[in-house]
Amino acid sequence: MIELSKVTKSFGSHQVLKGITGSVQRGEVVCLIGPSGSGKSTILRCINGLESYDGGAITVDGAKVDRADRSIVGIRTAMAMVFQRFNLFPHRTALENVVEGPIHVKKEPPAEALARGRDLLARVGLADKFGSYPAQLSGGQMQRVAIARALAMQPKAILFDEPTSALDPELVGEVLGVMKSLAEEGMTMLVVTHEMGFAREVADRVLFLDGGVIVEEGAAREVLSAPRNPRTQDFLRRVLKPI
Amino acid sequence: MQTVLRDAGTFLPILLQGLKFTVLVTLGSLALSTVLGLVWALMRVSGIAWLAFVAKMIVNTLRGIPILVQLFYIYFVFPEFGVALTALQASIIGLGIAYSAYHSENFRAGIEAIDHGQIEAAQSIGMGWFMMMRRVILPQAIKVILPPYGNIMIMMLKDSSQASTITVAELTLQGQILASSTFKNMTVYTLVALLYLSMSLPLIAFVGWLERRFGKGARR
Repeated sequence: MIELSKVTKSFGSHQVLKGITGSVQRGEVVCLIGPSGSGKSTILRCINGLESYDGGAITVDGAKVDRADRSIVGIRTAMAMVFQRFNLFPHRTALENVVEGPIHVKKEPPAEALARGRDLLARVGLADKFGSYPAQLSGGQMQRVAIARALAMQPKAILFDEPTSALDPELVGEVLGVMKSLAEEGMTMLVVTHEMGFAREVADRVLFLDGGVIVEEGAAREVLSAPRNPRTQDFLRRVLKPI
Repeated sequence: MQTVLRDAGTFLPILLQGLKFTVLVTLGSLALSTVLGLVWALMRVSGIAWLAFVAKMIVNTLRGIPILVQLFYIYFVFPEFGVALTALQASIIGLGIAYSAYHSENFRAGIEAIDHGQIEAAQSIGMGWFMMMRRVILPQAIKVILPPYGNIMIMMLKDSSQASTITVAELTLQGQILASSTFKNMTVYTLVALLYLSMSLPLIAFVGWLERRFGKGARR
């Protein structure tokens, strides 16, 4: 469904992506792990067209991702994105955030969109927060609204960019719980994360990225329990036993 | 004292005639400058290099020439290019164009104050540039924009007096005419000053309210 072929990207003289090749199949949950600055987020942002890339090709269902082309709108609505810092619209309520895209971008009938929006908020456990503004919600609640906003676009896949990194530790679980239930329902997900427990339990595959290249990839349990590459071993040792 | 009051009673209707034009010039040029300022600001933040450059040049040119000179130019020079405007039209257009530069800088600052994540969120749900501006960026930027906007409004009210230099019979010019024909300088100019204050003080209070409502430290 999502195909990357020899993708390269530089910020000025700094090459962030040095030829990334990989894919995400329909219904698959893939976790991108690796040290900060390794290019994980950049990959997601290139797939969604938030960043351009310099070389190689990214295709979504066979259509090339080109942020300068009009086709990017279709790709963006098909590839929903969940951000580290939530990026909810602060001037709109939880429900308004969720239905913004369906009503104004996809031009769905408001009544229909609102009904589905309420269902989605209920599904992420926020049935009592329809009218709350982001400033009145906790981080975990905001991120769950953001996930509902992504789902409201009825996407083919959701890209998660470190969805729990800005949360207080006790709020991480509620967001991961929602993500896990999505995975169980067969949602295609590409997740940049530092939550190794989530990756081990939920991901079908794990890609380990370091210095702009994919150093190791494979089934989640294999990569996380018995990494073959020394850089993966070193990274996992530092993540799992920080002290 | 009685003479002063009697004079005031005589002068006031004449000055109120002028006040009408002061309000007209202020509101007209405020509307024009707001629209033009928004256009320049949107060009500046469009991400299209040549548009941004053109807008920057326009704004800098307008900021670099005294408003008085711009008024003279429109009223006295434009007719030579076949564009003859009445004094009222020229003053509304002149002040409107001149002040669009200040609005533009304020609008741009407000737009640029919005977190970049908002742009990404809007793009990620497939919004185009104009919809993003209308539905996401401007409704948030308005809170940053409003307090300085109110201050520019007050400046425009006072600067509408410059229309007197191109023969618009607004408050200041009416006062001048009255004063020079009656020599009752004190009565006339006191009345003129009081009339300006009667408009600007409520406006200043309104701006203060805007600042408390939307300014720094306000919730959301």
